[in-house]
Amino acid sequence: MSPSILLIILLALSFLGFQLGKKRSLDVVKGKVRDLHSLPAFYGFYTSLWSIIPALIVMVLWLSIESSWLANSVIAELPEAMRQLPKSQLYLVLNDIKNVVNGTTLSTQADQVILDAAKRYQRLELLSHNLLSLVTIALSIGGIWFSSQRINKDHRARNAVEKVMNVMMVICSTIAIFTTIGIVFSVLFESIRFFKSVPITDFLFGLDWSPQTAMRSDQVGSSGAFGAVPLFTGTLLVTIIAMIVAVPIGLMSAIYLSEFASPRFRGAAKPALEILAGIPTVVYGFFAALTVAPFIRETGEYFGLTVSSESALAAGLVMGIMIIPFVSSLSDDVMNAVPQSLRDGAYALGATQAETIRQVIFPAALPGIVGSILLAVSRAIGETMILVMAAGLAANLTFNPFEAVTTVTVQIVTLLVGDQEFDSPKTLAAFALGLVLFIVTLILNVFALHIVRKYREQYE
Amino acid sequence: MSSSPENHTKVQGKLSTFDIVQKTLAKRRADESRFRFYGIASIVVGLGFLLVLFANITGKGYSAFLQTQIELEINFDPAVLDPENTGNQEALSKADYNGLIKIALQKSFPEATSRVDKKGLYSLVSSGASYQLRNLVINDNSLVGKTVKVWLPTSDDIDMLLKGNVDRNVEQGERRVNDRQLVWIDRLVAENRIEKQFNSAFFTAGDSREPELAGIRGAVIGSLFTLVGTFFLSFPIGVATAVYLEEFAPINKWTDLIEVNINNLAAVPSIVFGLLGLAMFINFFGLPRSTPIVGCLVLTLMTLPTIIIASRASLKSVPPSIREAALGMGASPLQTVLHHVLPLAMPGMLTGAIIGMSRALGETAPLLMIGMVAFIVNIPSSFTEPATVLPVQIYLWADSPERAFVERTSAAIMVLLVFLILMNGLAVFLRKRYERRW
Repeated sequence: MSPSILLIILLALSFLGFQLGKKRSLDVVKGKVRDLHSLPAFYGFYTSLWSIIPALIVMVLWLSIESSWLANSVIAELPEAMRQLPKSQLYLVLNDIKNVVNGTTLSTQADQVILDAAKRYQRLELLSHNLLSLVTIALSIGGIWFSSQRINKDHRARNAVEKVMNVMMVICSTIAIFTTIGIVFSVLFESIRFFKSVPITDFLFGLDWSPQTAMRSDQVGSSGAFGAVPLFTGTLLVTIIAMIVAVPIGLMSAIYLSEFASPRFRGAAKPALEILAGIPTVVYGFFAALTVAPFIRETGEYFGLTVSSESALAAGLVMGIMIIPFVSSLSDDVMNAVPQSLRDGAYALGATQAETIRQVIFPAALPGIVGSILLAVSRAIGETMILVMAAGLAANLTFNPFEAVTTVTVQIVTLLVGDQEFDSPKTLAAFALGLVLFIVTLILNVFALHIVRKYREQYE
Repeated sequence: MSSSPENHTKVQGKLSTFDIVQKTLAKRRADESRFRFYGIASIVVGLGFLLVLFANITGKGYSAFLQTQIELEINFDPAVLDPENTGNQEALSKADYNGLIKIALQKSFPEATSRVDKKGLYSLVSSGASYQLRNLVINDNSLVGKTVKVWLPTSDDIDMLLKGNVDRNVEQGERRVNDRQLVWIDRLVAENRIEKQFNSAFFTAGDSREPELAGIRGAVIGSLFTLVGTFFLSFPIGVATAVYLEEFAPINKWTDLIEVNINNLAAVPSIVFGLLGLAMFINFFGLPRSTPIVGCLVLTLMTLPTIIIASRASLKSVPPSIREAALGMGASPLQTVLHHVLPLAMPGMLTGAIIGMSRALGETAPLLMIGMVAFIVNIPSSFTEPATVLPVQIYLWADSPERAFVERTSAAIMVLLVFLILMNGLAVFLRKRYERRW
């Protein structure tokens, strides 16, 4: 049976275990609940945990090794000539077999060897699934039997259940750590492989980016250049444009909302501004590419400027608008946290509201505001879809906002989208770019969070 | 103060503070109102942009909910459908329905005789119209031999023409619709045989290379699978983490490390999660590419920090007295949390989860990395089938050169925004309705 049906059966068994355990605990004390150490439901949970956890562990382990075992045993029975194929082609053959199995390729289209292999694959898969069902259901029933044997009136079912719950919560909370480790490892290992073929200095300081590698050895002019400086300057240019838009607008909005606005206006305007951050970036990308970019080009032509159809300006402007709430929300919070006594003091000296803000509140809130701006910068650097759709692919080393530029994130997307072999420097370069992106945003985030937190403590 | 400024000047012999204040007052007041104006102006700019964006998308997209249809008198001629007179379904499903359409068109416009004219004539009707006829016949075999008036979708160029997106004054060579076709269309319009009807294909079909046949159903279902999976993975894990950190965890280096990690992950660019998914789930664990299951895992890792942070805030707002009362009644710490704290914190946690989900719904970049950009016509039916999601569909359509895809992209964006508004509305409702202030 298929794993999903098996899962449903296991869940049903564990529900059954719950009922059995509960009933058994009541039977043991002949219905006098107060004689039991724990509430009857805990005995139920106890048995149901015993019925499902070992079975689930076996199931997960089984399924995680199943596919590679299936692939290996199918490949082992392929004709000799096919087995000698290089790894990437063998992978394609395997894919063909899987396609036949899944019915995506019509069985009449494939050749006989593949069909035979597919049949074998199907047979083995069925065998494996049946075996798995047998083992897990046996484990589940065994768990119910074993645990219900242990139920007596002094059995500390609650303590056992709570211990399991506690362990589960600890496991859940470590996922965050494993995610970080996973990110670091996945980008780091591929980057190291990349730096074996392209020296790290060439990557960081090279001025030429054209990642097309030769498909054939006799091809001309596509040896691939992996100098990432044009990408860095492109990212920088777009980020600067975005911040030129976002910082003044965001800050002034925050000041108005926190100092001038009535509670009612604030209650309406703040969520409305935050909608800007909630709109999917792909929507901004579409808007930037189809509306803003042509508008800028036409305006530019009117003033006699040549603006390319995909310009850094269009992408940067739209991204700046998107980032406004990142600046305004956090700055607003920070300025709200400035103690009222500072304001009162300034008013008592005769300062106007604007003067109070400029000379008292703003300096007091400055670290937090800087933190919020840094977070916005890190957000801008990591932004992808707007740039993919509106900033272009040409790796120009330029600071002219009217020209098309490309950024780190755009190149990651273009290098990795679509099917290509995974070992070429071209795809590995994406991971090296990802590493740079991760490190830069991590530094910005840590720094910004540190500033914001330190500042908050100051006034608490 | 009753004394006049002149008196002060005379007594002091020089400008007093009062005078300085009086003199600069006008300037300072102007400065004050200017400052206020800047504030209002920037809010107006932000909100104005929002309005422009919505208006622009709606203005471009609303027309995609209508599709131009053409009425043809189709003769379901048995000689064409089933020349060998076998009478079985298979023959009917393989029959030449395009031929029927061509015959019907010829009948309506007998003047088209040259090859170029015929080609132009046939291209009035969508290439997918023959499938519609096939479905009609397969559902109702008695149609064979009858002559029926059928509404069929036009090709995207004609659709654009009737929606006013093709300029008739342009030279014929630069126009997608030629002069002969214009004449035919005008005649059809005059005969009321061409009209715009509700575009049901947009909601019921999967992706297609032909704009008039392309729909968002596949993408919506893919999004649904991905979101449901993400929710059922990330909500329990997020709540468990929040409960552990907030209620049980000792304060030590380890929990500190967890907290730092969560805060940092919340600000890691989403595309990095895509790299993680590609290297980890696809290349290392060998999960199938382009499938919702990998999408779920990536989006779970991405939304977890949001959910954890919101859940912790929600747990924090439950007053300690509740816990103390429960503990005092003899509840164990876990019972206290499960029976008393968690139900009270649940609305806040759900709000956080919904906001996390709405972020996940709009996310595109990490899903590009794990291959959910494939061109997929079939509507996915499980977590392990290749699928795409709504934002990625928008990205794919935005890249398509056909003019008709512009309105469809905008319409898909409208659908996406409606979903987002609904989700956020639900979050606001939950917060307003169930959140308690202590």
